[in-house]
Amino acid sequence: MASRRPSDPASLQPVDLADSTSDFDSPDAPRKNRLDAPISGPKLGPLEFVRWVWRVLTSMRTAIILLVLVAFASIPGSLVPQRSSDPNGVIVFRDANPELFQFYESIQLFDTFTSVWFSAIYLLLFISLIGCIVPRTLYHWRILLAEPAAEPASWVRLPFRRREPAVGGTAASLDLAEAVLRSAHYRVVRNDTSIRAEFGYLRETGNLVFHVALVGVLATLAVTGGYGWSGQRVIIEGQTFTNQLASFDSFHPGSWFSEQQLEPYGVTLQSFTAEYTQDAVNDAWMPIDFTAKVSVAEGDATREVVLKVNEPLAAGNSQMYLLGNGYAPVITVRDPQGTVVFDQPVVFLSQDSNLTSIGVVKVPDGLSEQLGMQGFFYPSAVDLDSGALSSNNPEPTNPTVTFNIYTGDLGLDSGVTANVFQLPVESLTQITGRHTGNDVMLTPGDVFELPGGLGSIEFTSLRRFIGVEIRHDPTQMGVAISLFFVVAGLLASLGTRRRRVWIRARGTARTPELEWGGMSRGDDPRLDASLDRLVEKTLPPSAAKIRGK
Amino acid sequence: MTNTLESISLIATYSAMAVYTLAFILFTVDLAGRAASDGQSPPTRWLRSGMAVLLLGFAIHFGAVITRGISAHRVPWANMYEFGLTATLVLVGVFLGINIWRDVRFVGAFVSGFAILALGIVAVNFYVAVSPLPPALQSYWLVIHVCVAVLGTGFFATGAALSASQLFQQSREEGKLQTRSWRFLAAFPSSETLEALAYRIIVIGFVFWTFTVIAGGIWAERAWGRYWGWDTKEVWSFIIWTLFAGYIHARATRGWRGRPAAILSLVGFGAVLFNYGIVNVFFKGLHAYSGL
Repeated sequence: MASRRPSDPASLQPVDLADSTSDFDSPDAPRKNRLDAPISGPKLGPLEFVRWVWRVLTSMRTAIILLVLVAFASIPGSLVPQRSSDPNGVIVFRDANPELFQFYESIQLFDTFTSVWFSAIYLLLFISLIGCIVPRTLYHWRILLAEPAAEPASWVRLPFRRREPAVGGTAASLDLAEAVLRSAHYRVVRNDTSIRAEFGYLRETGNLVFHVALVGVLATLAVTGGYGWSGQRVIIEGQTFTNQLASFDSFHPGSWFSEQQLEPYGVTLQSFTAEYTQDAVNDAWMPIDFTAKVSVAEGDATREVVLKVNEPLAAGNSQMYLLGNGYAPVITVRDPQGTVVFDQPVVFLSQDSNLTSIGVVKVPDGLSEQLGMQGFFYPSAVDLDSGALSSNNPEPTNPTVTFNIYTGDLGLDSGVTANVFQLPVESLTQITGRHTGNDVMLTPGDVFELPGGLGSIEFTSLRRFIGVEIRHDPTQMGVAISLFFVVAGLLASLGTRRRRVWIRARGTARTPELEWGGMSRGDDPRLDASLDRLVEKTLPPSAAKIRGK
Repeated sequence: MTNTLESISLIATYSAMAVYTLAFILFTVDLAGRAASDGQSPPTRWLRSGMAVLLLGFAIHFGAVITRGISAHRVPWANMYEFGLTATLVLVGVFLGINIWRDVRFVGAFVSGFAILALGIVAVNFYVAVSPLPPALQSYWLVIHVCVAVLGTGFFATGAALSASQLFQQSREEGKLQTRSWRFLAAFPSSETLEALAYRIIVIGFVFWTFTVIAGGIWAERAWGRYWGWDTKEVWSFIIWTLFAGYIHARATRGWRGRPAAILSLVGFGAVLFNYGIVNVFFKGLHAYSGL
């Protein structure tokens, strides 16, 4: 075997591409088809060792193993909460299993897709891929420039062979055959007594385009990913978001982000409406429409835009997406003299499908003591048998807010950033709500006098808020273009067969004949049918009919 | 009116299951008959009746999908029940379609058996009444993304059937599985032919899956603000894609053709089933639209 096709040290392709394609490729083709031992062991010497490592890395077998490894290495990313997609889940996990958390953290399980081990696998995969496609591209380039392959030494092994009388003489029949092959998009070289033709270069071209485009996806992410940014923001009806760093509730800059990237514009939420419908079977309410009417001020122009789920808003170089919504009751707090010390909408985060929501009001100044209020909001409050409240509809048919009110040090001056949705209740004194015998339950317009003459609170009115994500993603264009070529390459490659046809003059001067031979690279169940059709096009109609094809 | 159509759809679903069961019995009788004659006898009238009954089941099943879509005023693949209902229809359709191109009636028992099983599980466990779409699903990408996913699933399922037969056939060719109960394999083509068939079908599934992932990315960008975020469902779609990419490479690699490639194909289809049956139900994530 080894003597039949000596290995060519200059070729660099996978060493273990399947044998079935080997007859097709010329002796100087990349080695992938022709090395006899699947992968031999390393020889002595540093250069040979490096060459061996390279050959193993760029082999098909390694590519398969790496593909399967990437698949399996992704599984933890779906089992363990990920910081990138579910940061809250990571925190919940940490609180529930502090020790396991430490272990998982040490092996980067919460950042599976940026972890060292995952990166190592996909980088190896891409190195393997590049090591495979570069020499293949060079070889394919030579093939593209070269003429169709010379006829094989032995026709016996050709899978397709057919002999037909050359009715109008050898030359005329060859002329006809050449025309037929050319119209079937074969590349043809015509000699006096023979033709060699080749078809389907697009198969390898498409294959290479597919793989290069995959590298293009990765390269786009590596080069442009660092310039992206995203941020979240809650906007209450009437409020304006201005696109600057201080306006975001949270912000995630790419590694090369600079503040100048934020183009100035403002988005004001005019109104938000939600529509719900009741599920006929289990009576649950489900949303069927969320519509936010916003006005966008950009430069000197202001435009009215509708922002919906699936219909993001483009402003500056960024997109704004509607991701969440909820209620923001307006709470007014007055001191004993009636002076307003707090008057603003407070964001309440929804907890269930009927939008039972919780929120926190902090009033650090203006009263004789600091005031903290833990609130529950029910859009459609109903009394449960237990005496507690519940919401039976996400729409505000009976909006009600209840408060557990605390006094004491809210801890806002300690210098540590405080979570606006948390109250340090352990260090505070509860003055109303559960266990105090003094319940606070307000509907819009209701006023509650705080115990001890501290002042009063009022549920003044109700507004809605939206949660939006604002994002600039410079990778989109490059990834989209790359994926276009991924698909185009895949379709071109899978939809094309690589075939060779040779025709030679046979028979005698009185009964000239043409002999057709053909072969494909790899499996090709339609080779015979396809070439038979070509042959028949060269025959006089009567001859073809007689054969009954 | 809507409710009537919805019940008609459900009745049609159960009727399709009953008819598929009959087809399964006919296919099995055919295989048993040919096993008795050591695979020498040509396809029997049992096989032809099996195909005819399967076609009838397909028509009823098709009616079930159409009435479901009309009663919901949208494409019939917006929750797990509808996805399962439509994907099973596509599976049977792919099988019937391939028969125009190539005679693969020998896997009829497998396909009809799988269709009964899948429809049964879906109708019993995942059935939900027709309900309007939540805002996140109100997009024409629902039509495109899920449609190609359904098609990909149908092709992968047929490919898996062929890969499984290939594995058994190869064992038989190697002198194993010679007992009476395996003799029906004599009615199957050689393992090499089965492998070539499986490959061509899975490659089509792979193209559809590539479209699924890309269309999903475009939709995710519109709905969630990013085209890829390693959501659990995205992770599993990626796993499926790489496994079948591995399968396609294995088919072209010495030492990996035959059994290893077929095993990869089955592992890949296992991931497809896992992605549908387990990830949708037990994993949390953004694709929580199963309606369960």
